[in-house]
Amino acid sequence: MLIPHPLLGPRDAQEFTYLGDARLIDRPDGMAEGAGAAFHDYLYLRDNPAGPHRELWYHEHGDRSWLVVTRDTTTHEILGAELVKGPGR
Amino acid sequence: MSYSGFRILREALRGHRGWRPLWRDPEPQSEYDIIIVGGGGHGLATAYYLAKVFGQARVAVLEKGWLGSGNIGRNTTIIRSNYLLPGNQPFYEFSMKLWEGLEQDFNLNAMVSQRGVLNLYHSDGQRDAYRRRGNAMILSGADAELLDRDQVRAMYPFLNFDNARFPIRGGLLQRRGGTARHDGVAWGYARGADRRGVDIIQNCEVTGFVIENGVCRGVETSRGTIRARKTGVAVAGSTGRVMAKAGMRLPIESFVLQAFVTEGLKPCLDGVITFGAGHFYVSQSDKGGLVFGGDLDAYNSYAQRGNLPVMEDVAEGGMALMPMIGRARLLRSWGGIMDMSMDGSPIIDRTPVEGLYLNAGWCYGGFKATPASGYCFAHLLAKDAPHETATAFRLDRFETGHVIDEKGVGAQPNLH
Repeated sequence: MLIPHPLLGPRDAQEFTYLGDARLIDRPDGMAEGAGAAFHDYLYLRDNPAGPHRELWYHEHGDRSWLVVTRDTTTHEILGAELVKGPGR
Repeated sequence: MSYSGFRILREALRGHRGWRPLWRDPEPQSEYDIIIVGGGGHGLATAYYLAKVFGQARVAVLEKGWLGSGNIGRNTTIIRSNYLLPGNQPFYEFSMKLWEGLEQDFNLNAMVSQRGVLNLYHSDGQRDAYRRRGNAMILSGADAELLDRDQVRAMYPFLNFDNARFPIRGGLLQRRGGTARHDGVAWGYARGADRRGVDIIQNCEVTGFVIENGVCRGVETSRGTIRARKTGVAVAGSTGRVMAKAGMRLPIESFVLQAFVTEGLKPCLDGVITFGAGHFYVSQSDKGGLVFGGDLDAYNSYAQRGNLPVMEDVAEGGMALMPMIGRARLLRSWGGIMDMSMDGSPIIDRTPVEGLYLNAGWCYGGFKATPASGYCFAHLLAKDAPHETATAFRLDRFETGHVIDEKGVGAQPNLH
């Protein structure tokens, strides 16, 4: 698989490590009411879709950026990739 | 239909025109007591034990494709009970005992062969871990022997004992482990269930659940609505897709696991060997092919086919363990979809929807678990209480903190 890195162009997926569903970016507030249940859902439950899936890939053997890659889990076709946006970026 | 030497002789003389299907192809009825979704190994085993042990006759198995078209036809056929944790090991030992009596039980040759499963160790630390594991196995009633290097060499002289980074120091041997003929297992359970009145309905896709006031009353299918008091789902890699129709998110992700077979060779490997320094396991089929596999492709997938980097990694593992494998040519490779759970252990439990039951999360280990998974799921469906060996496989264990994490890697399914 080739991942179209927004800065570096097409890169072999072997340069990356895979973390999982991109919803892992949305970490719940640990101080909020009901944080235990929110963290259970966050850590353990997945949509696990058959079809387009937004997922986190880390360019470990490259520029060490985190990407959100959209990939079809039924065909492995990569539909797009973008840099993770977050605090400080 | 049953087989005998006389029957084979008779059919040989009559041009083999007298063979009949092993099971009926019934039309779905409008209502059953229990519906099993998924006509693979676990679903068929569940139906078989429901009918045979728990006296449930009005049972249907609904299969989207053809019988046994999922992972029961896509595995590396290894059976073993060499787990460590108390939540797992008694269950797998129960499964091993069912394997040992399986062919007599359903009267079909499943070619269960207790040829021994050997896990190699390559360091002092790994030896100590295997000693502990072996003791846990013995405590559960299973067998385990810790072999040193010379004992392993006597069994398998062709292994690479002098690998510079990972020399073989010995191994943990379970002599009762081995292999079985995977399709024969599906056929035996299917015929046994069918004979006891279970309707096995193929080409019948479940498109939704009939949920009334929070109670599951059956399923919507491509062949109409079928009502039931209880519905059990045993669909392995498709668990996420199917349970989403009941509005459920689960602690499961689906990944593809590849397996490989070489051209047929003369007998050279009489047991099952696993490499302790990389992920690689190998046995030789009765047709002569070396059957082997390794790691998952590390990303979510429903594609039933993997990619080349994992093939390369598996081949490297094979070459490091037994260099002679490099002389064999690869004949086929295939992929199956694994329902990887968040702690690497399965789920056999009720769900928050009354009347809806779940059997899932088998990760790599579904085939060896087939008999016990079916038995325990049937026990749960019939008695509404878990079987004594399956009490730890709860759906809510992630909420309560009672995870069963053999490998200790946490909620990262592609590492289990």
